[in-house]
Amino acid sequence: MTVTASTTPPPAAELPATTSLRPRRRSRGAALPYLLLLPALLLELLVHLVPMVIGVVMSFKELTQFFVRDWGSAPWTGLGNYRVAVRFDAPVGQALLHSFLITCGFTALSVGLSWLLGTAAAILTQQGFRGRALLRGVFLVPYALPVYAAVITWSFMFQRDNGLVNHVLHDQLRLASGHPFWLIGGNSFAALVTVSVWRSWPFAFLCLTAGLQNIPRELYEAAAMDGAGIWQQVRRITLPSLRPVNQVLVLVLFLWTFNDFNTPYVLFGKSAPAAADVISIHIYQSSFITWNFGSGAAMSVLLLLFLLLVTVGYLVATARGRDADA
Amino acid sequence: MRETPGFVWTRRIVLTALAAFALAPVYVMLSSSLKPLAEVQDAFHWLPGRLTLRPYVDIWHTVPLAHYFVNSLIVAASSTVVSVLVAVFAAYGVSRFRFRGRRLFTVTVLSTQMFPGILFLLPLFLIFVDIGNATGVALYGSRGGLVLTYLTFSLPFSIWMLVGYFDSIPRELDEAALTDGCGPLGALLRVVVPAAVPGIVAVGVYAFMTAWGEVLFASVMTNDTTRTLAVGLQGYASQTDVYWNQVMAAALVVSVPVVAGFLLLQRYLVAGLTAGAVK
Repeated sequence: MTVTASTTPPPAAELPATTSLRPRRRSRGAALPYLLLLPALLLELLVHLVPMVIGVVMSFKELTQFFVRDWGSAPWTGLGNYRVAVRFDAPVGQALLHSFLITCGFTALSVGLSWLLGTAAAILTQQGFRGRALLRGVFLVPYALPVYAAVITWSFMFQRDNGLVNHVLHDQLRLASGHPFWLIGGNSFAALVTVSVWRSWPFAFLCLTAGLQNIPRELYEAAAMDGAGIWQQVRRITLPSLRPVNQVLVLVLFLWTFNDFNTPYVLFGKSAPAAADVISIHIYQSSFITWNFGSGAAMSVLLLLFLLLVTVGYLVATARGRDADA
Repeated sequence: MRETPGFVWTRRIVLTALAAFALAPVYVMLSSSLKPLAEVQDAFHWLPGRLTLRPYVDIWHTVPLAHYFVNSLIVAASSTVVSVLVAVFAAYGVSRFRFRGRRLFTVTVLSTQMFPGILFLLPLFLIFVDIGNATGVALYGSRGGLVLTYLTFSLPFSIWMLVGYFDSIPRELDEAALTDGCGPLGALLRVVVPAAVPGIVAVGVYAFMTAWGEVLFASVMTNDTTRTLAVGLQGYASQTDVYWNQVMAAALVVSVPVVAGFLLLQRYLVAGLTAGAVK
């Protein structure tokens, strides 16, 4: 996903397909491509773009439950909602900042660990061995399970008195003293990270496995000829070759994890414990529990701006890195 | 690569640990669903003391699970069919034509993927209510509204994956069809679509899984008659006294269709992902 504004398609993709002898099909039915895209465009407009614009408008309004029936009539408040959201010495702003920091920590941990597990699994299954196909299927199970079914199961495993986690940690391994709570209090952060990593790493594994298939075998053969051991080959050939895949993968994982609503919502229910009060749940609560939609919309817009900023910064930084390599 | 014993042992240990991590919830689902209620209320044990199939019978009576199931099936199947159709046309346009705004279209559609769902949840809810008031078409609380919403969730990625697929089909094929007198649509339906069946299947599985697993919009946009599994099961698991053996049985039952479909069609899906993501 490269966001460059050039209108010319990448030449490499073009050359083998069309030669200069064959004129483009522009003359015949110039409206046709637009007609083909129209349904997709209309749907995206209706469900994503128009609501988003309305969301931005709402963020400038004082939209409480009294105006939900006719939201247009809610009074304007200018930047009021934003001012409240970023006043970090007052309760609302303080809670938002807290939630934002928790989300940053959660995302960093989850993306990092998912990437690590995915990379390890992809590299270790690169060579053929007995049972490899089966193992790949097993690794994809967390990705294939419906989120709610899987996360409900995790919430059962994290139950204090009858869950698997406490049974293993305390009764079997004697690592914990007593049976701690996992879904309320400080431990809930660890529980959330665990479930999130469990869900995300198979996707990393999938993408990286695909990426590994593009590395020419000759590279490894040449390295082996030069006397490089297997670990050296992983470090010198495999990891550098995966860089383009990693650049996309890390961004996608980041966006998914940062915006993830389903995992915390199913794990903790409507009100997440303070230690795991991630931003999507926090905004949901400030909108639907307190019925202050204007304030929720303002927080969402701030979140979107932050994600845009990070994404653009990331794309610029990785593009520059790529140029420096070349 | 010559494998050293150190490498082989690292591989065994790490892969076993990962497999255990991946399968732990599946094991808990399966084993707990075969236990009597008293056993899941007591401390956890790896093996059931007494095997019973009771929970699999009870789930259909304790909550209207069959009703949720049918709702989920209708919503997921309809949004999959429409999403695949729309994505095929759009991907054909992007892959085979050069036109003004092509780049803008792809970037716009893909960037909708990064919007936090929470940002357009409420506005969309209000739009649906407004449309209902203005035209009498009930979108809020109906399965139709949910279908409409879900199909746009899978569209961006589906279009992206299919463009990759269509690009890998030689243009000579559809140009031959064009010279044979097929219109562009004929070329799409008779040449490109048959050649891209694996990609289309992959996109279909992806769209179905997306709709089957969505929680946030389902919890706001449905009412008692249109409730999907995502909401129903969660209600099941958050009562004051949870019948964990039943909940686990239900979780297993709702997972089987998608997991089986995914693992059966895994090869296509991986190939489709590869076409999109690794370029």
